[in-house]
Amino acid sequence: MFATQQFAHFDTPLALASGAVLPAYDLAFETYGRLNETRSNAILICHALNASHHVAGTYEHEPDNVGWWDNMVGPGKPVDTDRFFVIGVNNLGSCFGSSGPTTINPANGKRWGADFPLVTVEDWVDSHARLLDHLGISTLAAVMGGSLGGMQALAWASRYPDRVKNALVIAAAPNLSAQNIAFNEVARQAIMSDPAFHAGAFAEHDTVPRDGLTVARMIGHITYISDDQMEAKFGRGLREGLKFSFAPEFQIESYLRYQGEKFSGYYDANTYLRVTKALDYFDPARNFGGDLARALAGVTARMLVISFTTDWRFSPARSREIVKALLDADKDVTYAEIEAPHGHDAFLLENPQYLAVVRHYLNQIEGVEA
Amino acid sequence: MITRADFDIIASWVSPKSRVLDLGCGDGSLLRHLADSKQVRGYGIENDEPSLIKCIDNRVNVIQTNLESGMKEMADHSFDVVILSQTLQAIKHTEAVVSEMLRVGREAIVTFPNFGYWKHRLQIGLAGKMPVSDDLPYQWYDTPNVHLFTIHDFEEFCRHRGYRINNRRVLSGDNETTFLPNLTGTLALYKISVG
Repeated sequence: MFATQQFAHFDTPLALASGAVLPAYDLAFETYGRLNETRSNAILICHALNASHHVAGTYEHEPDNVGWWDNMVGPGKPVDTDRFFVIGVNNLGSCFGSSGPTTINPANGKRWGADFPLVTVEDWVDSHARLLDHLGISTLAAVMGGSLGGMQALAWASRYPDRVKNALVIAAAPNLSAQNIAFNEVARQAIMSDPAFHAGAFAEHDTVPRDGLTVARMIGHITYISDDQMEAKFGRGLREGLKFSFAPEFQIESYLRYQGEKFSGYYDANTYLRVTKALDYFDPARNFGGDLARALAGVTARMLVISFTTDWRFSPARSREIVKALLDADKDVTYAEIEAPHGHDAFLLENPQYLAVVRHYLNQIEGVEA
Repeated sequence: MITRADFDIIASWVSPKSRVLDLGCGDGSLLRHLADSKQVRGYGIENDEPSLIKCIDNRVNVIQTNLESGMKEMADHSFDVVILSQTLQAIKHTEAVVSEMLRVGREAIVTFPNFGYWKHRLQIGLAGKMPVSDDLPYQWYDTPNVHLFTIHDFEEFCRHRGYRINNRRVLSGDNETTFLPNLTGTLALYKISVG
């Protein structure tokens, strides 16, 4: 399945949660499958921290560039593009095509860089809603995402209840714990204390804070994997025996450095700062005295919440908070707690029960034919 | 082994549009039946992976969690009825679960295979063996049932705990029985509440 990157331009100003206003912006997106006559078979996929609108398939001239959720989305897959019209969208503030720190600020013709405003999950959802308007889709058969993408799905269900029939909230949390925020802050400090960061104006200095980004990614990566999985994969394994030096000696060290360095080669530091802030800020219950059930009172979508047993970043207990709130608010909710050894990353991996839950859930969605 | 007969009795005890929790809901067919016949807002609790998928196929809400601890986070009287269908005999902490059911729900519906059924008595009394039947289809060494009890036992339990029996029906196979139910009944159905 070949994907085609598309862009939509929006001239209507977007008021952001911070109080800033984006006068105009672009969203990069891809679609898979065919929108039916009644425009009732659309599924919106929301991405997590470092992913993009390239959800599934490859590009015609880039056969190795496989979408980040290709095991989930495609013809005959759990999110079956033979039945559904699937939309992947790149979030504002990202660095893969939508307006963000790496794109041009129309006001002055320069790269946005550090001037790009801070955005929230709700800002993203508002911008997605405009993309749906642009595509002529009033109601989504489903919105879904994992991790930060799951938070967007939850925000979608409460912010646009008339536009969502089903929401799949996977490996998410109703807000970040102090520990989650702490990890994000260490990652941000790694970036901001890199001398090459230049207060976010590194592009003007023809440099990139690669060391900071590398460390930020290394920290993040630790939280994506379970202790058991890391032990099973690397244990105390050495590369070539002890050298009594600070070069990477343990396999886990070289693995993390490899992941970090790869990441720092393609990801934008200003984007990383903004996306982690969006995570920190997400807290739909904040305006309801911490009462998530009240925050979700307006939800009309049927909800599917999925967690993974060894996920310690957003643990099953955090998903159960969402489930409890939906139960207390008398909403339709199904909850699957998937036995998986991989930790947070499990939402991206092959797991028969996980994929079956999503497949069967989407199969029983009615009214998407014709 | 749920038969239509006990479905219909349970459905007759559930008010239209009420909020129902089904503990150990299996494939969700009882909840589906209650949704279709009584338009209830139903939720199931189930921890078995294949059953969870079947619930999803049946379009019923299902929460994957442990039946014995899964009610802990639920608010007092947040359900009109909590159902435990043919599962009480397989639960370790019988008292605690029934007490939780009546905290979370205003009423509880409990159904169970009657160990006092005459064929069971014959097997244990004459053959000197643990009973095996359609309603108790297991050998002693592979049964999930950890507490086997009779209609008399359950009613005594309710009396001791101060639970009121609001309804009772007893089935013998697919048919209702009223004659010496503790002897002729294979499946007992109760609706109980506190006080």
